[in-house]
Amino acid sequence: MATAVDKTKVPWWVANLIVPLVNLLLALLVSGLFIFIAGENPFQAVRLIIYGSFGYIEGFAYTLYYTTNFIFTGLAFAVAFHCRLFNIGGEGQAYIGGLGVFLVAINFSFLPVPVVWLLATAGAVVFGAAWAYIPAYLQAKRGSHVVITTIMFNFIASSLMVFLLVDVIRDFKQMGPHTVALPKELWFPTFKELAHLFGVKIRYSPLNLSFLIAIAASFFVWFLIWKTKWGYEMRAVGHNTKAAIYAGISPHKNIIIAMLISGGLAGMLGINEILGVHHKIVAGFPAGYGFTGIAVALMGRNHPVGIFPAAFLFGILYQGGSEVTFDMPNITRYMFVAVQGVIILFSGALENLFRPQIESFFVNRINKEEMA
Amino acid sequence: MDSLADIASLLNSTFRISTPLVFAAMAGLFAERSGVIDFGLEGKMLAAAFVAAVGSYFFGSPWMGLLLAILACVSLSMLHGFASVTHKGDQVVSCVAINILMIGLTTALAAAWFGQAGLTPTLTSDQRFLEITLPFADALQDIPIIGLIYSDIISGHYIFVYIAYLSVPIVFWIVFKTSFGLRLRAVGENPSAVDTAGINVFSMRYKALMVNGVLIAFAGAHLSTAVNANFFREMSAGRGYLALAALIFGKWHPKTALIACLLFGFTDALQIRLQGVELPMIGTIPVQLIQAIPYILTVVLLAGFVGKAIAPNAIGQPYIKER
Repeated sequence: MATAVDKTKVPWWVANLIVPLVNLLLALLVSGLFIFIAGENPFQAVRLIIYGSFGYIEGFAYTLYYTTNFIFTGLAFAVAFHCRLFNIGGEGQAYIGGLGVFLVAINFSFLPVPVVWLLATAGAVVFGAAWAYIPAYLQAKRGSHVVITTIMFNFIASSLMVFLLVDVIRDFKQMGPHTVALPKELWFPTFKELAHLFGVKIRYSPLNLSFLIAIAASFFVWFLIWKTKWGYEMRAVGHNTKAAIYAGISPHKNIIIAMLISGGLAGMLGINEILGVHHKIVAGFPAGYGFTGIAVALMGRNHPVGIFPAAFLFGILYQGGSEVTFDMPNITRYMFVAVQGVIILFSGALENLFRPQIESFFVNRINKEEMA
Repeated sequence: MDSLADIASLLNSTFRISTPLVFAAMAGLFAERSGVIDFGLEGKMLAAAFVAAVGSYFFGSPWMGLLLAILACVSLSMLHGFASVTHKGDQVVSCVAINILMIGLTTALAAAWFGQAGLTPTLTSDQRFLEITLPFADALQDIPIIGLIYSDIISGHYIFVYIAYLSVPIVFWIVFKTSFGLRLRAVGENPSAVDTAGINVFSMRYKALMVNGVLIAFAGAHLSTAVNANFFREMSAGRGYLALAALIFGKWHPKTALIACLLFGFTDALQIRLQGVELPMIGTIPVQLIQAIPYILTVVLLAGFVGKAIAPNAIGQPYIKER
């Protein structure tokens, strides 16, 4: 057993910067080992990842586009987690959120464009939140574990959406399971158009207005969790439910509020994917972003300030990863799903692996300086 | 007679489909009774399916595949223990990590070693488990009722099916009739009292996780070396979670958990039967909606139509020894 460390003496940057970075490093080392087992050179893979995500402007724009998705799903997981809820249903909530975006946009397309955007964003939030409501209600009132119910709701969302895309809202002139495209004026302005204004020509860029919305959402979550009564009550329930009840805070109410906000944030993935990129609902568009949000939130220590760099890191891994899968025949995108798992393991479950050693190392140094 | 044969084949598939659920539920029972949450059943089942298929393929024997799958699952359980028992990390986070890691790693390695589709090579009949015809099954075939029950429902399953249903009374006996079982349950209910009595809480939880790893390996091997002849991407399809739901619905008891598993298996068998069938009044139900039935049933059952399930008291809490 490591000796107990006086927690008050640990500098903030050791607990919040050094320890997470050491954990990340360990995770990347293990990931490198996997790439080696798969028969490729891990150093070459790192080089490809860096080139793919930073090496040229389109690549960098892709990195930020993925970052946008991970900010939404990372924030979604973090909000629920502050209330001690494991919302691993971000995938399904995002899928249904996309349905909300599309239905609102297509039915209100006669309104002025900014109004449609606002309404469609509201549609994403409402649909995503609604999909989180039933698991939330069952957790609060019946004690059904939210992990199982949200996972089941992912499966159900996927079945429901495939059914809708095949039999109900499909573009029947086409073969594939997707809807018709939204009218062009409703598409979110992209980075390509912005770059054009400054005279830079870019071939294609999925990066769009949603990136700014994701940053706004980060501020919203910071304000909600740390500056409002709601946020305080949620954290109180998450920290110590019994004490919260004693203080007159209702866990039921807060469980439901936290899950609704969480589901709404996950649903906002739909605006990036549908207003920004596909302009229609494509089967399976959440593509695992919901699950990645778990890793993003845990790595970012459930704080928007941490979630942003974590989301950016995963953006690099995704965009750089697609470069790797292009050049290395033995690596598929599933390798990067495994990398996520390793990161969750080291920055989540094993976050205390070396924490006592690292903290006592720095505290001892401070003590020595004080003595001198 | 036709509808009787129909019912027989439905029951036959119920037993087959429930098998991985029964293994997983019994595996989960050991972990959760000792106070360790196990959402990682899904990931471990997937790992076992992959390792069993690859092991059988390389060594030419399904038993070798099973052995390696057991090794893999016990290692993963030990990892879960290392994170959540020794280092007191969050148990649910550890499970989620194992699940996501296994979804990624199994498919990534299958793709790297055997080509891009993420499948393992199809096993020959020497490399996989085959259906077992029980003695006298052919002779009894023509006897009414008995022949139907014995030859068409009970006989002709893979070995795992028989092991699964035999494991239930054994698990019951271990957990409720032996001193190991008493300690196991006590560690999950009141670890500090057990500690006071001089029993090591940590080693009890590790032992429970070891049994858990062995049992869940059977579920995975059943999927990839018996029912199917290869591993494919995400082949566990949520069965780990269904089994956990069955365990909770069964109030952490082997007998009731078994009934819940059979109920899930029956729904799944029925679901497969209903695909594309025209029903009176309703018409044909779209296949995507039928496939969602087991998942919907899980939610409905968990919502507690039979009253609230009471979990082991100390579940999910790392044990911190006071000094």
